[in-house]
Amino acid sequence: MNFPFLSVISLTPITVGCLLLLFPAERKNEARVAALAAASLCLGLSLFVYFGYDAGAGGYQFVEKFDWIPQFGISYHMGVDGVSNPMVLLTGIVIFTGVLISWGIDDRPREFFAFLFILASGVFGVFVSLDMFQLFFFYEIAVFPMYLLIAIWGWKVTREYAAMKLTLFLFIGSLVALVGAFAMYFAIGRATGVYTFDMLKIQEAQAAGAFNFALNVPGLGAVSFERFWFPPVFFGFAVLGGIYPFHNWSPDGHVAAPTAVSMFHAGVLMKLGAFAALRMGIMLLPEGARFHLPWIVILTLINVVYGSFIAMRQTDLKYMIGYSSVSHMGLVSMAFATMNQTGYLGGGMQMFAHGVMTAMLFATTGMIYDRAHTRMMPELGGMAKKMPFVLIGFTIACLSSMGMPGFAGFVAEFPIFMGLWRAGTQTSDFIGTYYAWIAVISALAIIITAAYLLICVQRVFFGEISEEHDHHVGDVTVLDKVAITVLSSAMIAIGVFPVLMYPMVISGVDAALRVFGGS
Amino acid sequence: MNIQDFEWAHLRLLAPEIFLVVVAAVMMSLDLTLPESRRRQLGLVTGIGMFLAMGLAVIFALPGMDEGLILGGMIRNDFATFAFRMIFLFSSGVTALVSVDVEGLGRKGEYYTMLIGTTLGMIFMAAAADLVMLYLAIETTSVGLYAMAGFLRDNDKSVESGLKYFLFGATTSTVMLYGFSLLFGFTGQTNLYGIAEAVSAGQVPALALIASAVMIIVGVGFKVAIVPFHFWTPDVYEGAPTPVTAFLSVASKSAGFAVLIRIFLTALGSTAASSISGWLPMMLAMAAVTMTVGNFLALPQRNIKRLLAYSSIAHAGYAMMGIVALTTEGIAATVFYLTAYMLTNLAAFTVVILFSRVVGSDEIADYAGLSRRSPYLALAMLIAFLSLGGMPPLAGFVSKFFVFAAAMRSDLVWLTWVAVLNSIVGLYYYLVVLKMVYVKPAPEGAGAIPVSRPYAFALGVLCAGVIVVGVAVAPWMGWATEAARALF
Repeated sequence: MNFPFLSVISLTPITVGCLLLLFPAERKNEARVAALAAASLCLGLSLFVYFGYDAGAGGYQFVEKFDWIPQFGISYHMGVDGVSNPMVLLTGIVIFTGVLISWGIDDRPREFFAFLFILASGVFGVFVSLDMFQLFFFYEIAVFPMYLLIAIWGWKVTREYAAMKLTLFLFIGSLVALVGAFAMYFAIGRATGVYTFDMLKIQEAQAAGAFNFALNVPGLGAVSFERFWFPPVFFGFAVLGGIYPFHNWSPDGHVAAPTAVSMFHAGVLMKLGAFAALRMGIMLLPEGARFHLPWIVILTLINVVYGSFIAMRQTDLKYMIGYSSVSHMGLVSMAFATMNQTGYLGGGMQMFAHGVMTAMLFATTGMIYDRAHTRMMPELGGMAKKMPFVLIGFTIACLSSMGMPGFAGFVAEFPIFMGLWRAGTQTSDFIGTYYAWIAVISALAIIITAAYLLICVQRVFFGEISEEHDHHVGDVTVLDKVAITVLSSAMIAIGVFPVLMYPMVISGVDAALRVFGGS
Repeated sequence: MNIQDFEWAHLRLLAPEIFLVVVAAVMMSLDLTLPESRRRQLGLVTGIGMFLAMGLAVIFALPGMDEGLILGGMIRNDFATFAFRMIFLFSSGVTALVSVDVEGLGRKGEYYTMLIGTTLGMIFMAAAADLVMLYLAIETTSVGLYAMAGFLRDNDKSVESGLKYFLFGATTSTVMLYGFSLLFGFTGQTNLYGIAEAVSAGQVPALALIASAVMIIVGVGFKVAIVPFHFWTPDVYEGAPTPVTAFLSVASKSAGFAVLIRIFLTALGSTAASSISGWLPMMLAMAAVTMTVGNFLALPQRNIKRLLAYSSIAHAGYAMMGIVALTTEGIAATVFYLTAYMLTNLAAFTVVILFSRVVGSDEIADYAGLSRRSPYLALAMLIAFLSLGGMPPLAGFVSKFFVFAAAMRSDLVWLTWVAVLNSIVGLYYYLVVLKMVYVKPAPEGAGAIPVSRPYAFALGVLCAGVIVVGVAVAPWMGWATEAARALF
């Protein structure tokens, strides 16, 4: 296939974004239409790539490769596999729905869409990068527009603080991971004589034993290379995945961000962190992963349990969803710790499922806030009467989030617990027993999720509507309804027909698991 | 060492410099003849002259087969000379363009004549392979720069800036001269390559070697603004006319780096010399301290020129990482870094010039609401500051990436960590400025900032350059690598 699908998908948004910035400022509607056109193109192409991927063949497809900075062994190398392909589709869905529900933004819409699109390019780019330099390049592109998007269009009360906190957290994380990437680059170069940032080549060299040497670390003595460098790389990216204790930028960021950015942020950006941690941390340093993941799994358990307890305590809808995201993203990292096919399958599915349902939750919350001007649950009530469509969307997302069969959440969360249990039974030592306990405890945490989500639906949509809201709250626009429909159909489609995604993700995770030598 | 005697043919290699002398002469006569209404063209003529000189350099002075010590060993014709020459000519041309509308500066022929003179001096600083030539070039540059910094005679701050710069500069340069004289005294040579041979042969006692290394670092450290020779920077940057500040921060700094690279990699580059004189650990420590001090002192700044002054100190620290790595890749990374920094910083200062012309203030707080007043100017500022902060797809990202990589290659993991933490501090204060520009509301009744054609042209070229260098990296990196190879 010669048409550069992936390049077009990942570079269209940034190109359109830059052109938008040069647009005359007063042509607001034209800017919106251009944005929608670009978003539709991205969604269309990502659907094409999704269904054009041959899951039977597996591996990297739609590959594009040419030299970028040959002096340093840096290439422009793109391709999708079974794990990244659903992520590309997810990004396409979220950018499309994000543009739809941002139609009403009236303060500098040109800049808003431009920055949103630059962000989208960064996200697409990371998911399809097969070169570490390229991955960082796009990763940083995804970070800085967040600052402006939140600081300019965010919630007035906390936006400056939250934007700065988020940007610095993510920047620190990425730089820490970057140092780890350099360490790998030079280790490979010294072992094989070929200096390269290409992840596939690094994987090969790793398999051939290029990392099998010890570092002499002052204070620690001899530490194997992979064990030493795994934590910086993994945590550097996992910060963006919201891993405990580096998660607390995320609820603040979600709350302060404007709706479309929250959707992007919780729906896609957090997956970016988890995905990069998998690609560069676990797949390139498997020996380090095997050593460290058994204790990291405890952090992820804290994510899941603590996240859902905190979410239960919130009265602000957005904070609730923000902490629930922390909890759900904990499940993704937990899945990575299983190191078996079932668990990884769940992790891959959960990234997609959670992306769509959080996007929906934030989208509907934004619609409520735009009309009722409050996100405090005690002040809301009876919204079902005013906006029935939003009720449907919100409820579907909640059901998915609590893992109800028939929705995307179930087909993702179930394999994670199963995989964790299996990981426990596979090993007989001490680690084995506590994996099973972790599976049990985190499954129980889902009950808490169900509790707070149901309470929330009841409080917001049913009960008495306040007089003030009864007076001025109206129904949502057609564009909003389209966005809700798109997101709901994605959730139901995957929930009812998991076969749309299972074979693809399995082909991807099998490749990822091969680095552990089978399983 | 193969020194070639004077040959007429070799003058071809100095075509751009000879042309600059002609431009300077033209400038002086234009200064006498042009009527007041058309004096704005002085800057345009200078700018175009610089760009023409760049063209001449490509046509006549591209080092190829005739690389080596020419003109009796005074000049070394190699890719390092060529790369730095391009940096100086470009930044000088842009400086001339963005000076045209500056009150008290833009219509003065002597200002442009001095600009051309200092540029000439800088080129010879980078090209010199002989201590005498080197010192002459340094002084040619410095004297012009002192006068340019104090050019606004009626402005106390400008005069203070000029005087301060002169006192600091004169002191450090005499110290450096003493260092030169020690090297000459013990080796009997003034040629850098001759000195290198003599030092390797053990002709210079250890104490003299250490002393001369320290004294040369003092002089060059002043030019580059590395800690602890940085104290002049904020005051001079703040007081000098803004185009001069821009020129100081990019061209003068690069010239300092050129000298640093020439002396320490050529004359004191042998393993014996570096281990005896101990300049490497000194510079390692200074690189780490410089970036840290620069970034942390930039945090509390309220004035954009002072902020950029401290940021320029921090960037000198990053750029030094490539030198202390002591590899071809490291020097290439430094040359690349300086190129990227030149484009970025000139863009930042151009916005500052335009803004302060209209608003009459350099306070960061006054930048509030710039994105509503002038969206395109705000965009230029966004590009420049994000590039300074090291964000892709801008030049600042790749250049940082390369110097970090260079340090890691030489196993300077700790220095890389220091730089990583510093980048975060750096990003913070750049974002604070951008917050002013994009988030805060504009003051009542504030209108758009007018941008005249030379400025729009310069900004357009610079911003495009920042993106091009940041994305299409390979050719620039190729040239930087050539320049670095010439030194080893």
